[in-house]
Amino acid sequence: MSSTTVSATARPAPRYVEDVVRVAMILTMFWGVVAFLAGVVIAAQLVWPQLSFDSQYLTFGRLRPLHTSAAIFAFGGTALIGTAFHVVQRTCRARLFGGAPMGWFVLLGYQFFIVIAASGYLLGITESKEYAEPEWYADLWLTIVWVAYLLAYLGTILKREEPHIYVANWFYLAFIITIAMLHIVNNVSIPVSFTGTKSYSLYAGVQDAMIQWWYGHNAVGFFLTAAFLGMMYYFIPKAANRPVYSYRLSIIHFWALVFLYIWAGPHHLHYTSLPDWAQTLGMIFSVMLWMPSWGGMINGLMTLSGAWDKLRTDPGLRFSVTAVGFYGMSTFEGPVMSIRAVNSLSHYTDWTIGHVHSGALGWVAFIVFGTMYYLVPRLWGRTSMWSTRLIGWHYWIATLGIVLYISSMWVSGIMQGLMWRAYDELGFLQYSFVETVAAMHPFYMIRLLGGVFFLTGGLIMAFNMWRTVRGQPAGMVADTPVAVAA
Amino acid sequence: MSFRHEVIEKNAILLLVLTLITVSIGGMVQIIPLFTIESTIERVEGERPYSPLEQMGRNIYTREGCYLCHSQQIRPFKDEVERYGHYSLAAESMYDHPFQWGSKRTGPDLARVGGRYSNDWHVAHLTSPRAVVPESVMPAYPFLAERPLHYDDIADHLKALRATGVPYTDDMITNAKADLEAQANPDADSAALLKRYPKAVVAKFNAGSTEITELDALIAYLQMLGTLVPISNIPPDRLKQ
Repeated sequence: MSSTTVSATARPAPRYVEDVVRVAMILTMFWGVVAFLAGVVIAAQLVWPQLSFDSQYLTFGRLRPLHTSAAIFAFGGTALIGTAFHVVQRTCRARLFGGAPMGWFVLLGYQFFIVIAASGYLLGITESKEYAEPEWYADLWLTIVWVAYLLAYLGTILKREEPHIYVANWFYLAFIITIAMLHIVNNVSIPVSFTGTKSYSLYAGVQDAMIQWWYGHNAVGFFLTAAFLGMMYYFIPKAANRPVYSYRLSIIHFWALVFLYIWAGPHHLHYTSLPDWAQTLGMIFSVMLWMPSWGGMINGLMTLSGAWDKLRTDPGLRFSVTAVGFYGMSTFEGPVMSIRAVNSLSHYTDWTIGHVHSGALGWVAFIVFGTMYYLVPRLWGRTSMWSTRLIGWHYWIATLGIVLYISSMWVSGIMQGLMWRAYDELGFLQYSFVETVAAMHPFYMIRLLGGVFFLTGGLIMAFNMWRTVRGQPAGMVADTPVAVAA
Repeated sequence: MSFRHEVIEKNAILLLVLTLITVSIGGMVQIIPLFTIESTIERVEGERPYSPLEQMGRNIYTREGCYLCHSQQIRPFKDEVERYGHYSLAAESMYDHPFQWGSKRTGPDLARVGGRYSNDWHVAHLTSPRAVVPESVMPAYPFLAERPLHYDDIADHLKALRATGVPYTDDMITNAKADLEAQANPDADSAALLKRYPKAVVAKFNAGSTEITELDALIAYLQMLGTLVPISNIPPDRLKQ
């Protein structure tokens, strides 16, 4: 490692691996549209169930994992791989460990995983554990890809020229190592035959439930939170041209977040056959988790101190900042819903669905959009996106879509929970189950409309991105990739 | 402050190892005791491994993603107990690989749906849900009624399940195929089947087909859900976890 006495500006930047990041951005955009479209289709099926057309390939049960996997793993995961490679190279002033071949293997290997998993869902090949549906062969392949991802990331940090490991890298690294642990433990299964697709989970019943939600909640905690916090810690300071607000806060909230999150799983299993002691632990730690979550939000928002005016001129940054706002809202709502008394009402209802989407659309998708609006012009050597106006349109359409989505789900969820427990004056249950289904109908239409808005915003972004990539290079034509100063 | 965080920030391996230790603690505390504390699963009579036909039906249930809209976990609330029956016991899913408790009730809970509706009702409902329940938003599954069940490798399924800990005996594995066929044929001699799998429901579930279809297996599974443990005969202290 070179001496730190050499001035940073005097050193030439290493030749960064950038083609992989460029392709990752295009794929992220593609998977985003696929995920939003799949969501719109299944939302429409809950309004008009005939839309499965009696086909085995189009039932809600097979399309729903396609939607969730496309959103979380394809859209979110591809964005994370791309940005992780971008961030780690620049914050370490080092070329990606293993170079372009390593980068391509991780990115394309991950795409291959997505394709074999998703095609399996349509064919009815599933382990039927939420967010861990891919069967054993896809799980094994992902394990190989993920180890390569860890090697590439860690290897780059190890050969860094900067003495300190920048805070964004702590979060990305915690994401990669924890997802590896969760994925491997939750997916241990015995295949019926090595030439067939079917396998049986090694665990059963109550243990399987606990392990699944330990996995499931921390897929939220580390895939959808820690990793995207890493994204926030690099791209918001870059876009706002400000340092991170508090270095000390980032240390405290990092360690508190990674320690506390892992305990929160049992709040998915309140009042079930899971022993009470485990449920209580899950509830207490979920409530405590509120604090480090807001630590991250405060650090993200306060980074804008003195640069709030940029929100007027940079709609991309507006996406990132709104994302942090939604992050703060979801991470308050989550602890509230993890309290047993609240959960007794919210569990099994659409309230959960609304909560997930305020996080997935408001936080995850928005931070990705904000990041891409910053990164795409720089990766292709443009001064800005093709149209700043369209970014503004995307912002308002998508925000309106989220508001329609989550408010309709709050109403339908709370209403359904109350209807299930309503008694009439004679002491009988007031509503049959199917009456509560019928009562959901108008809210499912509003939710569908919200989804259509969000998808429309995604299409506007895809168009803007396509024009930016294909359009006139803005001045600085580059035969070698333009290195953005770290 | 004698400890300086800078040390961790300058050592990637240390950062990685400390992170891994930090994230491991919660999971270990919550998961390991579930395998070691004996009272986690109540000691009640009646539980048995799924019969071959029921297990194949369960595989169709998981294949179609039924768990995405139907829970199999009744909570101990007055309204749920009145609507669905006694709250669920951990023992009742002890042979469920994987568990199917679910997390969303777009449709009703199914933990004790066994015996509540006739086989013909299930055939009609799964083939065309809105013909039976006009407000239903469930997809139609007409293809299940037409498609023959593939069960040539049923013994391999039981063997794989035995490897995960389900107590299938050699006798059960040897007779797996015969048991499966006997359960779907009310004219066959089912004495041996019922000895191995007490309370198994024997019927031609999908009366519209002479073959054993996927629908036969699925209904055989639905009709046994929640029927094995004689809940009303169990003293309350036995249900304590």
